[in-house]
Amino acid sequence: MTTASIDSAASDRRQRWRTHIEESILPPLVALVIAAVVGDILIIIFGQSPGEVYRQLLEGTWGNAYGFGQVIYKATTLTFTGLAVALGIRAGLFNIGAESQLASGGFLAALVGLAMPASTPTVIAILVCMIAAALGGGVVGAIPGALKARFGASEVIVTIMLNFIVLALLNYIVAAHIHVAETLHTPEIRVGALPRLAAISATFSGSAANTTFLLALAVAAAAWWYLFRTRPGYELRAVGLQPEAAEYGGVRVGAVWARTMMLSGAIAGLGGLNYVLGYKHYYEEGFGTGSGFLGIAVALVGRNHPVGVVIAALLFATLSQGGLAVNALVPKQMVDVLTAVVIIAVATAVPEVRRALAASRRREAGTRNRENGNRESGVGNRPAEVGHVEIANPGPSSQFPIPTSRP
Amino acid sequence: MSGTTAVRMTGVVKRFGPVVANAGAELEVATGEIHALVGENGAGKSTLMRVLAGMYGPDAGSVEVAIGGGALRDVTGWSTRDAIDAGVGMVHQHFMLVPTLTVAENLILGRELRRGFSLDLTAAEREVRALTEHTGLKVDPARLVSDLSVGEAQRVEILKTLYRGAKILILDEPTAVLSPPEVVELWKVLRRLRDDGGTVILITHKLDEVIEISETITVMRAGRTVGRMKTTDSTPRTIAKMMVGREVSLAIDGVAVGREAGSGKREAGAADSEQRAAALRSSRLPLPTLRVENLTVASSRKPNEVDNVSFTVARGEILGIAGVEGNGQTELIEAITGLRAASSGTISIADASGALHDVTTRDVRTRADSGLSHIPEDRHRRGLVLEYSVADNLILGQQHRFAGAAGVLDHARVAANAASRIKTFDIRPPDESLPSRALSGGNQQKIVIAREMGRDFTVLIAAQPTRGVDVGAIEFIHDQLRRARDDGKAILLVSADLVEILALSDLVTVMYGGRMVVTLPGSDATTEILGPYMTGAHGTAA
Repeated sequence: MTTASIDSAASDRRQRWRTHIEESILPPLVALVIAAVVGDILIIIFGQSPGEVYRQLLEGTWGNAYGFGQVIYKATTLTFTGLAVALGIRAGLFNIGAESQLASGGFLAALVGLAMPASTPTVIAILVCMIAAALGGGVVGAIPGALKARFGASEVIVTIMLNFIVLALLNYIVAAHIHVAETLHTPEIRVGALPRLAAISATFSGSAANTTFLLALAVAAAAWWYLFRTRPGYELRAVGLQPEAAEYGGVRVGAVWARTMMLSGAIAGLGGLNYVLGYKHYYEEGFGTGSGFLGIAVALVGRNHPVGVVIAALLFATLSQGGLAVNALVPKQMVDVLTAVVIIAVATAVPEVRRALAASRRREAGTRNRENGNRESGVGNRPAEVGHVEIANPGPSSQFPIPTSRP
Repeated sequence: MSGTTAVRMTGVVKRFGPVVANAGAELEVATGEIHALVGENGAGKSTLMRVLAGMYGPDAGSVEVAIGGGALRDVTGWSTRDAIDAGVGMVHQHFMLVPTLTVAENLILGRELRRGFSLDLTAAEREVRALTEHTGLKVDPARLVSDLSVGEAQRVEILKTLYRGAKILILDEPTAVLSPPEVVELWKVLRRLRDDGGTVILITHKLDEVIEISETITVMRAGRTVGRMKTTDSTPRTIAKMMVGREVSLAIDGVAVGREAGSGKREAGAADSEQRAAALRSSRLPLPTLRVENLTVASSRKPNEVDNVSFTVARGEILGIAGVEGNGQTELIEAITGLRAASSGTISIADASGALHDVTTRDVRTRADSGLSHIPEDRHRRGLVLEYSVADNLILGQQHRFAGAAGVLDHARVAANAASRIKTFDIRPPDESLPSRALSGGNQQKIVIAREMGRDFTVLIAAQPTRGVDVGAIEFIHDQLRRARDDGKAILLVSADLVEILALSDLVTVMYGGRMVVTLPGSDATTEILGPYMTGAHGTAA
């Protein structure tokens, strides 16, 4: 390619952009279609008409103000946990602890909220609670990060174990010391309630959706900016892709791990505001149960990209709320099954669809027959690497990698 | 045996996305010969051989193999499993061994010997020992693969292929990681295999190897086969011309001829550069710019990875470290650059004024900022983030210089830096937004070179700077190194390629067992003198 002109470089770039879009959008779409087919079969087994069930599912979610608001409410928490997991994965860390980081963030926000006098100005109260939520989650996230950086302890094991420890501890504190009689929640916070979205627009009337959703969108935007526009983000992604190259590039890998786990925990912790400041105004045992784990699926389906995470969070929130809407026709557990099928389909279909895309592109390229110099197999050349398989066609790799192996 | 054909590949086409790796390649190999498949990096040699070994199915063309010495059979698009069963085995550039298993365990992987329900490792080790004795590929079957040197690991790869019954053995650039004595050993093994009736296909771009070992040569260029000839009818010059597609410059020829003669003659371009360097040196006192004193890097298994090493590199000087890989070179470099902690000793780097600063306790970034540039030995592992764009890789290690106060990367400056480096160092294709993975090995290395030599530095650590890059790029990189030396930089060159060391170094030293066992002026050093030190034959008295 000795005569590469500016023109061909520009058209190359357009081509790559197209490739990029195709690789980001098509695989999840295929996964959804697969999930829909499986859903059809399940619905037919229950003796219902798929069309009717899907109609009700849509009507009960995006079709009315309450349902839509509930979707937004649920998507808010999932956006936080999904972003938390995605940020970790970008740095090569698998944060399974969003569950306890979320709870801890909510708890600390509630505790701080309760401690503030009722006369505290709303803006200040909200800010203080936000900091508390981020701190609560951040501390829980920082522990596995520091242990990994210092001792090489697997963050997977430590975050799982911290889920047990932190949730047990919080439950104990609430049950033994600060719960309201006959309940498992704290007294109500009198300061700094985040306004419901229903108060702003009738679109959400009656639902729990609140302005935390805007915060979630802002955090997603900030995460994108951090990852792709800043030096720490550049270093974080380098650590996730090739820790040894990052080390060579003067990055202290351990410090990045520690910092990223703390940030990840802080983001999950902020999710606690959705319930505590936006909805009930108290901390209740198990308020976010499952949201932390579902965050892993959100990150997976959203391909660890902040925009993808927001979309995936909306999808899973729709399914979750939709389960309630179709409960009259089919058991709502069916929707749980469907959620799991979506996740499995994404995990399976994404590589498959990308292969197919690459193959079709190859056929296309055959006619253009561009000679582009050599493409060395880019797979790392560590000597004696286990399971070192040359990939037939890496293709222009997506910007949203799903890690297939853990360091 | 001669006269029959072992392999015939016709009109093979293989595409990867927009890249056409093979565009109608042809290959015909006779039974019982050593056949060299030569061409520049990116000519499509490896791809063609992977098609033969069943790793890739060709998009067009046919593959025929004489299985079990019989007639040719069409095997187009067969699987790796089929290929292994038919006795076609490939030894890859990048090893595929399980580091936590022993040599014997790696060899029997996939066809384990059993006694009852348990593995019969004693029997396996016995079998492996018999095979090593028969072939001359010496390696202890009970050792862990993670403890082996690169050369030993390669022997295990070859053994693995033979253990699986390979009669047609494909070797992908086997000498890239070997020292001269190891290469000689490898040639012996290959000749013995051939004499036993085996067929060997050797991928290489080193002309001296082609001349020395092969009987027939097939030359590839840009995915096509451009020539096939008897080795006895060819010279390095004719092969090089066919490989590159033009008359090659003297410097390349110098390398080729020098290697052929085995004398490590200096490259032609060196004479002029030497004069300039001499002028520079006479005008200034030799200033130590990198000083390493009593450096020791401890090891978990051997006495010491680096054992009490001291040396200095002056400005305007190239110190070449020769030696078989795994004798402490990697550890030495990592200790100097800050990637690995030294157990004892000091490392000092001079600033622009010539004053030495102790950087022993500094981190990687501080050392880099004080003028230390580093071309790492493994660009895929350390030198590049392969998923990152060319532009992003061109700032790796200097990302803090491209960020504003708030830590925001200045994209305009990153792009401007990329554009200028791509132009100066002729990185192709000239597209900064391309993922680095998509570039050829030579151009990937140019990214590293451009980044490390395009910035301000006083000391350059160049580790295996031309490994796996094509002839044209080697010429370019050597030129850059000489120019930097003439500009008064201090260069520490580490290479497994003795010819490269001899061609560039003002001072040559050999590392063996973590020590520098001999140091000579470059003008006095020859392969014959250094060879024995590299194998430890001269003892380890420093």
